[in-house]
Amino acid sequence: MKYTYHIFTFIFLLIGSLLWSRTVEICKSCAVKTIKEGVAQAFDFDTLLIKKGTYKEFNIRVDKPLVLLGEDYPVIDGEDKGEIITIVSDGVTIDGLFIINVGTSYTADYAAIRVVESENFLIQNVVLEKLFFGIYLEKSNNGRVYHNKIIGDAIDEYNSGNGIQLWYSKNVTVERNIVQHVRDGIYLEFSDNITIYNNTSSNNLRYGLHFMFSNDDVYTDNVFENNGAGVAVMFSKKIKMRGNSFKKNWGTASFGMLLKEINDAEINGNTFEENTVGINIEGSNRIEYKNNNFVNNGWAIKVRGACYTNSFVNNNFLYNSFDISYNSKLNDNKFEQNYWSGYTGYDLDKNGIGDVPYRPVKLFSYIVNRTPETIVLLRSLFMDIIDFSERVSPIFTPDNLLDASPLMKPLR
Amino acid sequence: MFKILKYSFYDLIRSRWSYVYFLFYLALGFVLLFLNNDLSKAVITFMNVIIVLVPLIGTIFGVMYFYNSKEFTELLLAQPLKRSSIFLGQYLGVAGSLTLSLVLGLGIPFVLYGLFRSEAIWNFSLLLVTGTFLTLIFTALSFNIALSNENKIMGFGYAVLLWLFLAVIYDGLFLLSLIIFEEYPLDSFSLATTMFNPIDLSRTLILLKLDISALLGYTGAVFKQFFGTNLGLIIAIGVLLLWAVLPIFHLVYRSRKKDF
Amino acid sequence: MIEIQGLHKKFGKNQVLSGVDLTIKGGGIFAVLGPNGSGKTTLIKSILGMVVPNKGRISVLDTDIKNSWKYREEIDYLPQIANFPGNLKVKELIRMIKDLRRKPGNEERMIDQFGLDPFLDKKLSTLSGGTKQKVNILLTFMFDGPLKILDEPTTGLDPASLICLKELILEGKQKGKTILITSHIMQFVEEMADEIVYLLEGKIYFKGSIDELKTKTGQTNFEHAIADISIHAADV
Repeated sequence: MKYTYHIFTFIFLLIGSLLWSRTVEICKSCAVKTIKEGVAQAFDFDTLLIKKGTYKEFNIRVDKPLVLLGEDYPVIDGEDKGEIITIVSDGVTIDGLFIINVGTSYTADYAAIRVVESENFLIQNVVLEKLFFGIYLEKSNNGRVYHNKIIGDAIDEYNSGNGIQLWYSKNVTVERNIVQHVRDGIYLEFSDNITIYNNTSSNNLRYGLHFMFSNDDVYTDNVFENNGAGVAVMFSKKIKMRGNSFKKNWGTASFGMLLKEINDAEINGNTFEENTVGINIEGSNRIEYKNNNFVNNGWAIKVRGACYTNSFVNNNFLYNSFDISYNSKLNDNKFEQNYWSGYTGYDLDKNGIGDVPYRPVKLFSYIVNRTPETIVLLRSLFMDIIDFSERVSPIFTPDNLLDASPLMKPLR
Repeated sequence: MFKILKYSFYDLIRSRWSYVYFLFYLALGFVLLFLNNDLSKAVITFMNVIIVLVPLIGTIFGVMYFYNSKEFTELLLAQPLKRSSIFLGQYLGVAGSLTLSLVLGLGIPFVLYGLFRSEAIWNFSLLLVTGTFLTLIFTALSFNIALSNENKIMGFGYAVLLWLFLAVIYDGLFLLSLIIFEEYPLDSFSLATTMFNPIDLSRTLILLKLDISALLGYTGAVFKQFFGTNLGLIIAIGVLLLWAVLPIFHLVYRSRKKDF
Repeated sequence: MIEIQGLHKKFGKNQVLSGVDLTIKGGGIFAVLGPNGSGKTTLIKSILGMVVPNKGRISVLDTDIKNSWKYREEIDYLPQIANFPGNLKVKELIRMIKDLRRKPGNEERMIDQFGLDPFLDKKLSTLSGGTKQKVNILLTFMFDGPLKILDEPTTGLDPASLICLKELILEGKQKGKTILITSHIMQFVEEMADEIVYLLEGKIYFKGSIDELKTKTGQTNFEHAIADISIHAADV
């Protein structure tokens, strides 16, 4: 009986503490004036309601499951002194804060919000400006980064950080974030089973999205625009890339997407528009490219060798300066039933498929690879004549590289 | 000058050849649009056609008109008119009617296919601007050729050679020299070489619009400056203007010394 | 009216005019004669400014014609080969020339005289050589300038039109105009010309009236007199 009583007392206390989890108000005229104070005074599962105002604080260490909720976007100004919020407890929520002036350092990666070895976190509706690193997840799993806006002012790669960085983290969802003017918009290293959905990453110095040694990740419906070099997927396996849009990545080493040592990936329904190179592929095997649109790129696809058993099916290649460029005479990749705007063949049996094969590699792309200045001769009648003769009897381009069933109409 | 322009133009728009030229473009426009049913693609196809065909037609037509109107010219020379206005008038008459044929011949099918509701309108305007420049330039060049050659056959020969050289051979030599000297920095050279050929210049204008993504893939700083900013556009149009104006000056200069 | 001093003209290696000095005072009909290739047409075209001389000075109505075009308002020129822009109608051509010269013309009477009425709405390319020449004459005589230059005006004309032409020329003379004619029809020249200018090898070989020419050569027949000049010149 006494034993049962004890259990009841315990359960009541537990429920009580959950039900009666308090809200601690923080403001200039409140009892609690700083966030640090608030965190120190709060009990587990409390909510810190941070009212409108400017809080000059840094190194805020959240070590218990709390909700930090901002009201009308209070400003937390780190005054360039270091890291601002560090989460070291499971179950922390950060919501509605405006964080500025993260310290820059060459030895420590200061972040606006860092999550260290914690689970079930939620970071949402946060605005970050004047930052070094933005949201940094370190060995933290099962969390969500939702609807944040990260606007950096990065000028040089060596002293700037990434917008959202995941390091050894698993099962995290990154959704509806806007990341601009940082080094890498979103960076993943050793992070598996990540979902990146509906984000916009633009005007970043290096990559809009960057994968290193990360497997089984999915990114869908994101927009990557005007980044130094688009999206880089390197040394990773089984990545699914769907419905993303890669735009206006212009420059010498620029591309919509860079694939390097990628195997068994799936690239479906993406749009590559106005990039110097749509996709740059190096050492990547067994990748399925389907239903993608390549529009107005310099090179839709540049194959740099060691790429085997990839398949390109049902893609639209529209008005690219060059459709495909190869640097070897070998081809082990399959091109089938794509639409090529450069195709000039005919369809006598009216089955929607051209009667003569299309050769997407022009001799001219070889010449340009060799002597880049020759690019000024693009669209010259002379080049057209040479390309035509190469098409009739391929000498420099792989003779089995062709789409034997080119479509007559673009796919919708 | 404007009176001569008026009469030359009047004479030309009633000549069979203007109609042939006009109908040719009209037919080409409709056929291509019918086959593609896609304005953007048709505009791109046309750009490739225009930079080769317009110079050819401009030269041939210019030379032909000049020789055929020899007596008319002599009639005018005996009138109280300045020589320069006679030739400028005739030149503008020919160039004007060719341009009109081009603009109407291409414009009508494109407008009927919904140009004004399409994004291709800028590309199309560029197409017409380029076509107009090429007409002005090559008509002026052909007038110069015709003025310096009494012999019709020679004049025609030179005109066709000029076209062949600028449209094809020049680029061949250009490519060859780029490949031979590929170890050297060539970006300034290649841009300069482009300037000396009006067809290449017009091509550059088109590249700036259609292939900017590819052009920016090249490392050279001069290229970047040229293609990456508005500088390229301004220089290309400026030099094209120069290409149109210089032959006209030469024409006026030569015509002053010429005996009829 | 016309003053030419030391006129030289070379076409390539071919010296056509070598030092022509010629003064034509106003009034009367002057025939410029000479064998083929003697430089008649070149001389006329030099006066018109169509040929640019290598050396020498020409003034018409007391103005130096070099780099000038205004003086041509006073000259009505009938070219040797009448080939007009084929796409124009006769009516339009007449209107055009009037427009270019900015002068009214009295073409109606001549249209009647030459019977050009049915051709007014025809394109020039469809006309016969004779009709074209009539149009040519009409274009020259419809203006009232003080100086007329006619290069082979009789080419292709039927007798009736020839009579009309002669009347027009004489009428002009009566009005005190200066008329310069080249022709190969000696009968026509004899009938019309007050004075002969004979060109030979790029120089004025003879200038004077028909009677003076006859006296000089000792021939009674004009045609023979002309032929005689040529032979004598060849002897020299």
